[in-house]
Amino acid sequence: MRFTLNGREVSFAGSGARRLLDVIREDLGATGTKEGCGEGECGACSVIIDGEVVDSCLVAVGQVEGSDVITVEGLADGGRLTALQQAFIERGAAQCGICTPGMLLAAHVLLEQSRRLTADDVREGLAGNLCRCTGYTKIIDAVLSCTK
Amino acid sequence: MHEVKYIRPKSLADAVQTYRTTPGCRPLAGGTDLMVMLHARTVRPEPLALLDLWWLAELKGVRRVQDMVEIGAAESYTGIIASRDVQQHLSALAAAARTIGAAQIQNRGTLGGNLANASPAGDTLPVLLAYDAVVVTDRRAIPVDKFFVGYRKTALQADELITAVRFPIGRQVAFRKVGTRAAQAISKVVMAVSRDPARIAIGSVAEVPLRARRAEAALDRGDVEGAIAAVADDIRPIDDVRSTAAYRRTVTQNVLRELLESVRGAR
Repeated sequence: MRFTLNGREVSFAGSGARRLLDVIREDLGATGTKEGCGEGECGACSVIIDGEVVDSCLVAVGQVEGSDVITVEGLADGGRLTALQQAFIERGAAQCGICTPGMLLAAHVLLEQSRRLTADDVREGLAGNLCRCTGYTKIIDAVLSCTK
Repeated sequence: MHEVKYIRPKSLADAVQTYRTTPGCRPLAGGTDLMVMLHARTVRPEPLALLDLWWLAELKGVRRVQDMVEIGAAESYTGIIASRDVQQHLSALAAAARTIGAAQIQNRGTLGGNLANASPAGDTLPVLLAYDAVVVTDRRAIPVDKFFVGYRKTALQADELITAVRFPIGRQVAFRKVGTRAAQAISKVVMAVSRDPARIAIGSVAEVPLRARRAEAALDRGDVEGAIAAVADDIRPIDDVRSTAAYRRTVTQNVLRELLESVRGAR
């Protein structure tokens, strides 16, 4: 089976029932995607599939055949960080870093949908991403700094 | 450990045929329940193959069919929330869908999947009961009231696939979920209430999402206080990791009072 990972076509020959999370990390070497709970509670394994943010621990890899999958490695253009990534750095929106890839991807989709967001919109949009350092304030500030 | 096969059928007819003829085959939609259980290896019997219904066009979309709204079994909650028919005619379903998980789960969760999983804590299941929704399968229509037959047991036959859920329109239903936080919470009590006809449907308070029959009978007689008293006898709550039986009993009565006031006030 084939799908697009960060703009590059990839193929995978194993069982389509394996978790997308495991195939991305173990077979395709994109270890930016983290496993937190493995139950769809924490959002650490968030990826973008065809424009929607999804927990990759809940997806069978066969389900993304022909789809466009973006992980945190696919956000920056070459070495050039997105404004959102830059804002995370400047505002100290990462502590241990485990939730950061998922936070970035969920926030990226949120900003794609609308650049006019309130703090409540951002909180709701990131409600599926848990930060166990509980550093939410700086994360929300970083996302808000990219809004109009 | 054996390798589980993945099957993507080309059409609903293909899926029905494959499900009937493939041993150990388990339908998969958005994976929000099944992928967790597969990884934890708690699915019994262990499936030999996954039948992916996610991409079947026949199971997607929200349609107005005469005086009903029909929702495809594999339509996502995000799609359900965005539907004008749902916003206009099934506002309690939209409200319930918005309380499910967060964006990641709403993008994958489906009515068909939640019905088949039949969790007593399924957030939309009391809403289906309060609307008198009908579960449509590849061979028949099952009133949702007859669908949950035991703890995580449904009226589905071994090779039967859910294709859609139909909702009659023109009913006012109020919804409330009580969890530890607004997002990503499994319900301690979840309730949907209609005044006319009298429907009081509650989740997380018994082994199935249930209708509170004694309370409904009291409400039918216009006895609101009687309904609130009776609902405590209709439910069978337990102590578990999320809450206690005593808390659930008190909250059920409080939420029923609140919802009955809100449906009365709206008329």
